[in-house]
Amino acid sequence: MSVRDFFIKLSKIDRKYIYLVILIGLIIPLIFPPRFPQKMSPQVKRVFEYIDTLPKGSYVILSADYDPSVAPEVHPMYKAVVKHCILRGVIPIGMTLGVQGAGLALDAFTEAERVLEARRDTDYVFLGYQAGGAVVILGLGEDIKSVYKTDYFGTKTTDIYALKPVKNYRDIALVISFSGSALPATWAVYAYTKYGVKVAAAVTGVSAGDFYPYIQAGQFIGMLAGMKAAAEYEDAVNRILKEKGIGKFSTSAIRMMDANSIGQLLIILFIIIGNIGYFLSRRRK
Amino acid sequence: MRPLLEKKIPLALVFIIGIIMTLQYFVPHPISQTIYDNSLMWNRAIASMAYIMAVVSFLRFHSRRLKDKNYAPYSLVAILSFAAMALIGFIGGTGSDSLFQKMYNNMMVPLQATTFSLLAFYMSSAAYRAFRIRGVEATVLMITAFIIIFGTTTIGNYVPKMNEIVEWIMAVPNLASKRGIMIGVGLGVVATSIKIILGIERNWVGG
Repeated sequence: MSVRDFFIKLSKIDRKYIYLVILIGLIIPLIFPPRFPQKMSPQVKRVFEYIDTLPKGSYVILSADYDPSVAPEVHPMYKAVVKHCILRGVIPIGMTLGVQGAGLALDAFTEAERVLEARRDTDYVFLGYQAGGAVVILGLGEDIKSVYKTDYFGTKTTDIYALKPVKNYRDIALVISFSGSALPATWAVYAYTKYGVKVAAAVTGVSAGDFYPYIQAGQFIGMLAGMKAAAEYEDAVNRILKEKGIGKFSTSAIRMMDANSIGQLLIILFIIIGNIGYFLSRRRK
Repeated sequence: MRPLLEKKIPLALVFIIGIIMTLQYFVPHPISQTIYDNSLMWNRAIASMAYIMAVVSFLRFHSRRLKDKNYAPYSLVAILSFAAMALIGFIGGTGSDSLFQKMYNNMMVPLQATTFSLLAFYMSSAAYRAFRIRGVEATVLMITAFIIIFGTTTIGNYVPKMNEIVEWIMAVPNLASKRGIMIGVGLGVVATSIKIILGIERNWVGG
């Protein structure tokens, strides 16, 4: 068989072999992590530095507007940002506009309790889910405690120590919407435009392109996009943990990003092989 | 009586509330603010009621399908899963150590994440078969795709200025096209909203 025939045959290979190569390409780096270096991309740096330089006791709303389908990408970001806030003395207020986000956000705060010994209602607040979407965003701009009468655990928000000085967006330094949908844009339209609160987005890699107009217009201060951003943020938080002598590092996003990188390189390789076969078969015709 | 309830009253309500809320946005008077606060409460109450409708609709749909041999097993699993999660949540609570949260973390999350992750396999197969250099536009698209795919890997960190190049592609050519689409959609939303408020667009009440 000539090289030309080989490539033409390869370009028509059954899809199950492609699936198999991708599967192997993803599994091997998960078992034997290559630990590629992390370098913070410009958008991630903007969000990280913004939180890093907030005065102690500032409040940040972390809205878990995502569901388990995008959890591998978005959930590590949520966990890393929660830890970052607590490590810097910033109080994260967890909430969600999607009913499935409640369980994921709760998981992130439970991990923060375990790793950082964070105390509920003092170091963080978790309000849970509230139905209404854009109406909830608007309501928080008037009075957070009237939208959320109780937190996720049933405690009256008027009785929560950490929420005493908080009335509405005027007391919030930043809102980050973690999502796999267009909800961060809703935050920009209603929370930023109407009330002027700073907003950032944490989204999946495929939807990142949709949000650049909001960054350029200054409606978002920055954006965490996809698994890469999750790995970069996780790495940065690990460095703070190391500085503080806390050894409980999280490497889930870093390991998944290494596997993801191999997967993406394989896709590039497939496209090249497919095109060589396409060219050779065209020349033959 | 039916046209009055199904069409005339909803159209009148939308017209009156649409005009009031549009004017309210520009009036900073306390009465205007009270109207706004009350409307937010009303909205949240209506959104919560929608969940009751969703549950009723879900149960009705799957109860009907229980009679169909082909779908009965799936609908039975759907109803049982719904009932089990609801009962566990009501009885044991939804705290971090609850059975509800354990089932959510160990069943719901892996199931949904796995289903979505299958996309990686379909995408790689589709890219292999469909991504062909057939002309100048396809070549530009492919070069851009290569840079973005490579630039969003951690291996791309070994190449100097890779992050900056990816950022430029996303923040300049990508942004230009997205903004054009967004302006078009925005104008469409404004036009449709005005038509709905004025009762010109009536598809939402059945035409």
